Amino acid sequence: MNLDTLLPNLGEWLRGTGPESDVVVSTRIRLARNLADYPFTGRATAAQKGEIVTRVKEAVGRVELPFKLDYHDVPGMTVLDRQFLVERQLISRELAAVLEGPRGVAFDAKESASVMVNEEDHLRLQVLRSGFALDDAWADIDKLDDALEARLPYAFHSQFGYLTACPTNVGTGLRGSVMLHLPALGITKQIDKVFRALQKINLAVRGGHGEGSRAFGDLYQISNQVTLGKSEQKILGEIKEVILTILQYERQARAVLMKERRQAEQDRVARALGTLGSATMITAEETMELLSVVRLGINLRLIDDVPATAVNQLFIQTQAAHLQKLVGHALDGEERNAARAKYLKTRLRELGSHR
Amino acid sequence: MKCQRCPKQATLHITEVLGDERFEEVHLCEDCAKKYLYEPQVGKKPAKPGVAPVEAAGEPGGARCPACGITFVEFRNHGRFGCGHDYDAFKPDLLPLMDSVHGDTRHAGKIPRRAPRTATAQAELGQLRQRLQVLVEEEKYEEAARVRDRIKELELG
Repeated sequence: MNLDTLLPNLGEWLRGTGPESDVVVSTRIRLARNLADYPFTGRATAAQKGEIVTRVKEAVGRVELPFKLDYHDVPGMTVLDRQFLVERQLISRELAAVLEGPRGVAFDAKESASVMVNEEDHLRLQVLRSGFALDDAWADIDKLDDALEARLPYAFHSQFGYLTACPTNVGTGLRGSVMLHLPALGITKQIDKVFRALQKINLAVRGGHGEGSRAFGDLYQISNQVTLGKSEQKILGEIKEVILTILQYERQARAVLMKERRQAEQDRVARALGTLGSATMITAEETMELLSVVRLGINLRLIDDVPATAVNQLFIQTQAAHLQKLVGHALDGEERNAARAKYLKTRLRELGSHR
Repeated sequence: MKCQRCPKQATLHITEVLGDERFEEVHLCEDCAKKYLYEPQVGKKPAKPGVAPVEAAGEPGGARCPACGITFVEFRNHGRFGCGHDYDAFKPDLLPLMDSVHGDTRHAGKIPRRAPRTATAQAELGQLRQRLQVLVEEEKYEEAARVRDRIKELELG
């Protein structure tokens, strides 16, 4: 499969639909699993990693699931393709560029499920959903996990549960993350307060692009820290509870904005669209900040001629690897900024002509 | 009466049966009681003869995993285990670490269907652990203590 066929698609997590999609962009659950008879990836020899890849590929090819998973070898992939999959949230930066030796990823055509092989753990299962859908995501990943477990002997300990390379993942091996768009809490300067409260209850807050990333475009990921001593349902239930509270805060803040400074918000949205549609050089960061304003404008019904999915489309297509695939050749930083601006201008003009 | 572990008022009075008609009374507040019920029974009963603590003496890096060869100190420095057997090899040192990271030392979630097990016991264990969690949350401590004892029985196999 040529990865370029994915280019026009949005992928599951950017479909822009699903429950509470005015605030919740996407839901992700991942499970860390290891095979019983091998050292963890960090200590495994290249030959052992090769064996693991072979066994997982075989298992993945035979599992009976509603979707088919296709395996892609990472070492044989171009740097651009790897970056492309990182941007689509199908593989981690580590699997793409840091780790060595046999490794890869299997994912379905809808890009809703993926299995990374020889990441920090032998297996990293992931299910993505648009909107707030922890229960659906759990149901899917639980099935995927059962299907793989029927063919692969997992490292499991009667006291510690699923064994992982890092003690912070042991037990359930589960990390549930919900990506939120919280522009109104940002504008009303309440965001830090909300997150300080979160840290007290052991939930992590990160920027939209995962570990160590800054929060660009008012996107935040909320995820559990604890993986041992609680059932999967309990962990997900705790995340759910917190998300519902944050949802409420964000919606209250949006209501306040509409009541107290509707005109100013209208102006901000119009200016954001203006800049996106007329700039000749624009960075990825500025694009994300402006798209965040447009997204808020759509959800506040300050504009009705730009569909939410268009914002998601622009969001993914303007990232570095996507842009270079669209253009068809490598671009350096300056060239990227020019190509990004050109793409945005063209796309927004197309949207405008349908108005 | 004060809680035996913190300055709060003791609201729970547990009688541990130590066997041979020996009893021990424990008086705890609610929070400490929750912790107490989940604790491994260290120090409450005399250690079984023959179960010596993992011998780390003489090894400069602490205990060494017989399977992958890394030492506890190597694990601490890198933050990553070498293989699944490390969890047993370093267990005495890991328990406090797990407790500080997760606030717990025992898995309470999914169990693989094919897990090597004395099949029914493992399944019952999983259910009992979840049941214990629910009972403690519902403050049904007497039943919780019974469930905990059954868990212990199964664990000793």
